[in-house]
Amino acid sequence: MWIYEKKLQYPVRVSKCDPRMAKYLIEQYGGADGELAAALRYLNQRYTVPDKVIGVLNDIGTEEFAHLEMIATMVYKLVKDASPEQLKEAGLGEHYANNDRALFYHNAAGVPFSVQYIAAKGDPIADLYEDIAAEEKARATYQWLIDMTDDPDLKDGLAFLREREVIHSLRFRESVEILKEERDRQKIF
Amino acid sequence: MFTPRKFWHPYVSPFDPCKPILVKSYSTPPSLYIQVQPPNLPQFDPHTALCKGTLWPLYYDPYHGPVEGKHPEVER
Amino acid sequence: MSKQMPDEYYQLLHDLQTVDFVLVELNLYLNTHPHDRKAIEQFNFYAQKKQVLKQQFDAKFGPLQGFGNSYSRAPFEWGDAPWPWQV
Repeated sequence: MWIYEKKLQYPVRVSKCDPRMAKYLIEQYGGADGELAAALRYLNQRYTVPDKVIGVLNDIGTEEFAHLEMIATMVYKLVKDASPEQLKEAGLGEHYANNDRALFYHNAAGVPFSVQYIAAKGDPIADLYEDIAAEEKARATYQWLIDMTDDPDLKDGLAFLREREVIHSLRFRESVEILKEERDRQKIF
Repeated sequence: MFTPRKFWHPYVSPFDPCKPILVKSYSTPPSLYIQVQPPNLPQFDPHTALCKGTLWPLYYDPYHGPVEGKHPEVER
Repeated sequence: MSKQMPDEYYQLLHDLQTVDFVLVELNLYLNTHPHDRKAIEQFNFYAQKKQVLKQQFDAKFGPLQGFGNSYSRAPFEWGDAPWPWQV
């Protein structure tokens, strides 16, 4: 089970009311390479991978939920006090018509979240390579999001999330090495 | 060692409608090169680690936005 | 104007985030390096530090963790604002 802790993993700040950026950030909320997809992908795969790498999937999957909460916080703050007029100008008129300022699991183009984003082949190597690719894709998405904002506080939170993808990618790469079972002979660990 | 960013020069056609981007780049983060973390790596202090998003400077890969056209070789 | 959190809240929260981040990093590292004794020592050192900070936070700003992992005064404090995304 999980225990909720009343804090974010990283202090999220946004320094200006920018609902258009919220529309783009939602890609990492309900998009194919977003944090929800990542959390569900790893926590689902953990049931069928060899015992040696369950911990990696369990804990990275858990950390992804903390990242999902950070993205949600950014979106929440960016639209919280925006007027319907501002939301319309930001391209969120359609969203407002259906959802007001409620968050929804869809991507930046408004396509609803789909479980088809989540791969689970049951072959540990195939799944771990999928996970490495997922981390690199999420890293790239954070780059494109950083490119689109001039808010230093928002850039700061996004840079933290991007760096976490680099570390997660590393841990999945190490997991592949563990499953190759060459480590005792090569003394690399 | 390695560099965390690579540059390339896309083909430019006289018929391209937008002002051509002469140099493009992509990230090649440290986890591509050091795929298994060696033990006893130097660490950031805890506060800096949180700011950077990692405990280990070796795996810190800052990203400062697009650098198209900013490559030293082609600086006008 | 609704209730504002004092500077001390943000400071303590940041201290917790700092220590917890070291713990996340070491935990992920140790998952793939279970024999690194030095890292395990460092992990346990920060786990201890986390407990101290958590107790300070609980006492000053109400329960940090749900489901009985922090004590509560009356009336039940868990549901009190602010929640993490609000501050």
